[in-house]
Amino acid sequence: MKQTLSNEELEQAYELIAQAIDGIDAEKETLFLSKLSLTLANICADVEKIKEAIEIAKTDL
Amino acid sequence: MARPHARQGSLYFDYLQYPFITAPELKGVERTYPVAIVGAGPVGLTAALELARHGVSCVILDDKNTVNDGSRAICIARHSMEILQQLDIAERFEEKALPWTHGTSYYHEHPVYRLEMPHSEDQRFHPMYNLQQQYIEKFLIDKAQAEQRIDLRWQSKVVGVSQTDDAVQIKVETPEGEYELSAQYALAADGAKSVVRRECGLKLNGDAYEGRYVIADIRLQSDYPTERRAFFDPPSNPGLTVLVHKQPENIWRIDYQLSDEADEEEALLEENIRAKISSILDMMSERQEWELEWWSLYKAYTLALDDYRHGRILFIGDAAHLVPIFGVRGLNSGFADAMNAAWKLAYVVHGWSTDELLNSYSPERRGATLDVFKNAEKSTKFMTPPSRGYQRMRDAALSLAISHDFSRPLVNPRQSQPYTYADSPLSDLMQRDSEFSGGPPAGAPLVNRKIRSANYLLDYLGLGFSGLLFLEQGELAAELRTLFDTLQVGNESFTPILITKEPAKEDKMAVIHDHSGKFFLDYAAQHQSFYLLRPDRHICARWLEIDSDEVKRVLAHILGSKLI
Repeated sequence: MKQTLSNEELEQAYELIAQAIDGIDAEKETLFLSKLSLTLANICADVEKIKEAIEIAKTDL
Repeated sequence: MARPHARQGSLYFDYLQYPFITAPELKGVERTYPVAIVGAGPVGLTAALELARHGVSCVILDDKNTVNDGSRAICIARHSMEILQQLDIAERFEEKALPWTHGTSYYHEHPVYRLEMPHSEDQRFHPMYNLQQQYIEKFLIDKAQAEQRIDLRWQSKVVGVSQTDDAVQIKVETPEGEYELSAQYALAADGAKSVVRRECGLKLNGDAYEGRYVIADIRLQSDYPTERRAFFDPPSNPGLTVLVHKQPENIWRIDYQLSDEADEEEALLEENIRAKISSILDMMSERQEWELEWWSLYKAYTLALDDYRHGRILFIGDAAHLVPIFGVRGLNSGFADAMNAAWKLAYVVHGWSTDELLNSYSPERRGATLDVFKNAEKSTKFMTPPSRGYQRMRDAALSLAISHDFSRPLVNPRQSQPYTYADSPLSDLMQRDSEFSGGPPAGAPLVNRKIRSANYLLDYLGLGFSGLLFLEQGELAAELRTLFDTLQVGNESFTPILITKEPAKEDKMAVIHDHSGKFFLDYAAQHQSFYLLRPDRHICARWLEIDSDEVKRVLAHILGSKLI
């Protein structure tokens, strides 16, 4: 997968998500991440890209 | 199905006991009937009424002597009301049933989806009507009993079925002895536990869903309007789903999901049913006293026969397929099965077409079932998530739907739509069909349009084949008049309906003056465009410009070349 964000933006995204996870109750974490996936899927607007993202996330679990 | 300890019968419905009449066969009469129908439920009765409408007699056998009791259908869709209109019985249903158009889905206490079923002033009927199946059956039985051609036999239990090349033999057990009934054709309309299916050695194939629901009817005085209500993870049933429907006679249907760990026996104890319903009513802010009518356990299935035709036997309704309740497609599919099978059987029995016409029944109606399965699968996975992954995504979708539009389509209960018989052997001339830039395609059901107050397009359809001919100007050509005469099938004349842009006078056929141009627009029609319609309101073929020879050929092909 090609890197689309600049290094700076990638780090920003990393920080944002980490802090968002920290900002909610641990028991809501799964719900939050599920919602984030669905929301980002809607923003991405490309089912092929979503499939690609799933494959990548599944590797090396 | 169980009723409260304190009471045997229904709070509100009078279960009439229909009389047993000694069958002629028990007195030594030997006859071959045109059609035997096994099962006097709503689907069997509808088939009988349609056969009678086309002049064909039938015998209906039912092992009971009254209507069905307990957890049955309550939602009649618009296209089913259109079927009931063809049977000249819709008015009685309209008088009793509760029409509705909207629904609300809730997550916790938040409304997250507003269901609005397609409706317009062009439609005679609302998208959906709620009516207990006992009434549905009663109205159909009353009509059937008044119809001379229908021999309705109660307490007549089918215990054996066999067939030869030219007939079906049915062994019937009655309080006065056993006899054998012979018929040219049979319709198996005996439901989920079909005896006919078992006797034919056939099986339903498909899936069973894990989720369990308790279904209960209660009587409650409430002013809440007739709207479908679905509650996801409500406080009264945490992590689970609740569905609420209003019915006539102040009867409310409540479906609530049981958790995977719940003990069934315990959950079905009367005191636990009462406790759960009380908490659900509390959640809905219903404070009135209520009474418990009955309750029952429900599991969803998507099951179907591989072929709905088995020689001289056609399977209709639940005898052929089982679908989850969530898409309200069980009875509604059954009604469409009955109409589809009955007109074709009538034509074959009359000798107006070859037996081959019956070969289109299964592809068409099984195709419709598979379409229901597709939609039902999605809605069932949402109502009752079958696994961790589906549970996560459902929670995500529901939570997002509280404040965000984009997620709401996922909450859509995907209610039924009538099916287009696109792949049917009877949907013809697809190259002609593709010449149209819009409008309903070959195989699709006709869509109603309002002409004026209490006057709609579907009111004009004939008993047999009908046709819509669009004329932009001028008169109907003599050649086309002649064509329409030759399209008579047996003693059912063809019913042409002219749709004209200019006002026209015409003695021999119905004329609709399309002064607003909406008919032409909705059917993507031009001058001399033509839609050929089957007796069951579905389109066989359509022409951007009518071709008489092709029209004749299509009809001849449908009838197996019996038309000269």
